Amino acid sequence: MLEHYLSLAIKAIFVENMALTFFLGMCSFLACSKKVETAVGLGAAVTFVLTVTVPANNLIYNYLLRDGALSWLGDNWAGYDLSFLRFLTFIGTIAAMVQIVEMILDRYLPGLYAALGVFLPLIAVNCAILGASLFMAERDYTLGESAVFGFSSGIGWLLAVVALASVRERLRYSNVPPGLRGLGITFILTGLIGIAFLAFSGIQL
Amino acid sequence: MAKKSEVVLDPLFNNNPIALQVLGICSALAVTTKMEMTVVMCLAVTAVLVGSNLTISLLRNQIPPSIRIIVQLTVVASLVIVTDQILQAYVFEISKQLSVFVGLIITNCIIMGRAEAFAMQNGPVMSILDGLGNAMGYSVILLGTAFFRELGSTGKLFGLEILPLVTEGGWYNPNGLLGQSPGAFFLIGLFIWMIRMYKPDQVEEEN
Repeated sequence: MLEHYLSLAIKAIFVENMALTFFLGMCSFLACSKKVETAVGLGAAVTFVLTVTVPANNLIYNYLLRDGALSWLGDNWAGYDLSFLRFLTFIGTIAAMVQIVEMILDRYLPGLYAALGVFLPLIAVNCAILGASLFMAERDYTLGESAVFGFSSGIGWLLAVVALASVRERLRYSNVPPGLRGLGITFILTGLIGIAFLAFSGIQL
Repeated sequence: MAKKSEVVLDPLFNNNPIALQVLGICSALAVTTKMEMTVVMCLAVTAVLVGSNLTISLLRNQIPPSIRIIVQLTVVASLVIVTDQILQAYVFEISKQLSVFVGLIITNCIIMGRAEAFAMQNGPVMSILDGLGNAMGYSVILLGTAFFRELGSTGKLFGLEILPLVTEGGWYNPNGLLGQSPGAFFLIGLFIWMIRMYKPDQVEEEN
């Protein structure tokens, strides 16, 4: 059992990295990777929200939306398939969860709340979060699997964004061709980091 | 009249959503391994973008500012659900390959970005044109990327053989990297470089 979870985690962190393999959360990935500090803050926030929302959406999907999920209400309800509503429900859950997480952090962990700052509300529209929930629904993860998957996808995203930020900090000292400055060279750099991550493909525990 | 054509044509090269506004990159890369998938994705994004711009522009005087984000999200999510159902009904195979990326149109920043930046301030006709223009700007980059990725990694376009492969007795040695994710990053980087060589005023200053 533990091995299964570990292999799932390794796969989500390295082999199928959210940012580098599936290109999810690219907008904030490119916008917030100018400094290592902000990158770490954003990465931590994404990991945190992913760990909370993926299992929450898993429960909603399995007990409310999927084909026959309503059968716990009685036999009359067994025929309903509400899975087409999953986009709307998932995005609603994510927005609500982000709000709740924000309030809890503000109340109990003001230090972390101040450090994450504006990144927390922004995360509601980060495609990595919605993407992870949709992958969870598509791959039929159980509750335990989805918790592991959410957490390790977040860690993978954190790794990628911190790696890119640290390279970009060094970039200040180099002479980039004018047309490539800014966005262009960032794409090329992400490609190079992606090649490094390709080396992990096919690894299994 | 001049302003209308500007609204449509500007996003193509002068103010491209991907290359200059940095919007909607997430989905741009993942669906560009095959031309077929890319065309379907571009059509889906165009439909959702035009629809959401129109709806939000019509509703703009009714939406209270404090809850506008959630209203916009609901409009976009409903349109995406409709698009997804249509895709599943008519092009089931491709819809399976696109997997989660149709759903991810909801969080595609182009849609929210244009709703917030344009449709909230302008009338329905201009908003439709703006949606169309931005969708075209998005599609140009996507189709360009997909063209090179599919041709380079498999020697095919739309599944038809263009360059005969070495393994099948031809001369073309396929470049697998283009089919992988780093290839997409490199291609988009090069596209941005090309656009900025041609339009030097878009070059970002060194900080």
